[in-house]
Amino acid sequence: MTASDTSAPQPASKWPRWFTRERRRMAWRFLIALVVLVFFLFPVYWLFITSIKSAGDIFARPPVWFPEQPSFRIFGVLFKDGDVWAIYNSLIIASVSTVAAMILGTAAAYSLARFKTGGQNLAIWIISQRMIPPIVIVFPIFLLFVWFGWIDSYVGLILLYIAFNLPYVIWMMRGYIEDIPVEVEESALTDGCSRWQALRKIVFPMARTGIFATAVFTFIFAWNEFVFALILTRTEVLTFPVLVTHYYGAQSTFWSKIAALSVLGTLPVFFAVATLQRFLVRGITMGAVKG
Amino acid sequence: MTVAAGRDPNFTHRASLFADRHFKWLVIAPSIIVLLLIGLYPLVHTAIVSFQDITMLAEDTSWSGGKHYAALFSDTRLWESMGHTFLILAIALPIELVLGLLMAQLFLEKMPLKQVFVALLIIPTVISPIVAGSTWRLMFDNQYGPINQIINWFTTEHVAILWLSRPEWVYPAILVCEVWQWTPFMFLILLAALSNVDRSLIEAAEIDGASFWKIFFKITLPVIKPVLIIAILIRALDLFRIFDIIWAMTKGGPGTMTETISIYTYIRAFKEFETSYAGAIAFLVIILLSIIVIFALKRVEIAR
Repeated sequence: MTASDTSAPQPASKWPRWFTRERRRMAWRFLIALVVLVFFLFPVYWLFITSIKSAGDIFARPPVWFPEQPSFRIFGVLFKDGDVWAIYNSLIIASVSTVAAMILGTAAAYSLARFKTGGQNLAIWIISQRMIPPIVIVFPIFLLFVWFGWIDSYVGLILLYIAFNLPYVIWMMRGYIEDIPVEVEESALTDGCSRWQALRKIVFPMARTGIFATAVFTFIFAWNEFVFALILTRTEVLTFPVLVTHYYGAQSTFWSKIAALSVLGTLPVFFAVATLQRFLVRGITMGAVKG
Repeated sequence: MTVAAGRDPNFTHRASLFADRHFKWLVIAPSIIVLLLIGLYPLVHTAIVSFQDITMLAEDTSWSGGKHYAALFSDTRLWESMGHTFLILAIALPIELVLGLLMAQLFLEKMPLKQVFVALLIIPTVISPIVAGSTWRLMFDNQYGPINQIINWFTTEHVAILWLSRPEWVYPAILVCEVWQWTPFMFLILLAALSNVDRSLIEAAEIDGASFWKIFFKITLPVIKPVLIIAILIRALDLFRIFDIIWAMTKGGPGTMTETISIYTYIRAFKEFETSYAGAIAFLVIILLSIIVIFALKRVEIAR
């Protein structure tokens, strides 16, 4: 390396001068970080290449790491057979339930944040609803839905996901609203704004990043949810995680379909993470860590 | 509202107070109704059903006393599934915690492309657990998966481990998937927590010649402890109800080897249609969980 020539008078160091101790440490950490990254991303890579492998490559032994003739044939099959319907169902159910949960939840959160409605006990009761395992409450809901004819319908799953995500929305939005200085609102109220005007003109605009972040998380939770969807759907409104498990046959497993549908079902989440980085920590810890 | 009334400070004050008393309940009422319907009603219903005798074959709503609860004690499959759940919890959680902490330490200081790395590392945590389980099922496939292939690079004899159908290998496989999906969660939280530790304190301690471990236990740990507890509680609650990953990988098999409490309840309620008995299991779970949850929520509320 040329740098070592110029540093010739320097007493014995096997490293060139610009490569200081600090930088060597950073290089080491960078290398370890790369290895860690490979471990965490390799499965995702494997899922992706499985979805674009040709029919022969899927069952090649030893497995093919770099498909030479990638094809998106299987995605075409999913579209042609109507399997992408599950993605469409997931999209409808997750978006509608997110919008509804955000409206209900933000209103409730405002009440909790500004008026301390019901005191701490109400707040704790609300978030405790989030901790109950789905499997414990799903059976009565199943019976209720049979009674109403809501099994395998959009309305049933949407209502359930609203309820399922509501505690999360209320809890998160309470934190975001508490972050807004109450003085701004007070001065608006003394200036003659009604409560609703204060909400619309001050609270919502000031909390909009929080609203956006919470909505994206709510969407992801509904998008990824499995247990409720498994039990409360049959054929008409299958969501994509449920359809993925249908491809596991007793005799044969449709690996390429599993991979392709999983890739389609992961794309929205990739997008969400890319837009949300700043809010990730707060979002996944239910506001306990503000990042 | 008349102009005069608008100008009178006392009037507006009283008026808004009056309005607020209704307003604050008005805006929270819809949420409370929804939660009572989907949160409380099923609990009450489950409690009632668990004292009756309902199965797929017989809609017997007469009271059967506590016989289903008594039967829980002799249900070995139930206690095994409880054991499986706690086994996974007891192994996965510490590994996720330690790996997450090490990774957070690695990414704490300045590094090129740090933001990109962190964003990419979080991907496993946000994908659907069903996708995560399916991905690792692909990876662990005995013939077409890359893991056996990698192992064969280092062995002289040909190996083809049946990861998901051999009793001795199925837990390692599930744990790898679980740790893979949730270590980034721990990592992200702990990275945020570690960033709040005062660097100058650590540097001062280093100059004084304190060892790495001493610095960690005396300076770093007290600062990150509240966050650490919350992260552990969130993960413990999630692991307690683990269903999706295992369902995607083994469906509780081979046999009942990897049945967790959630999977077992699902099978009793929806495959064997023993409604009342599943209700009793569900209630046992609720009681166990309430103890953890009440403790957990106090912590979360205090940390706010």
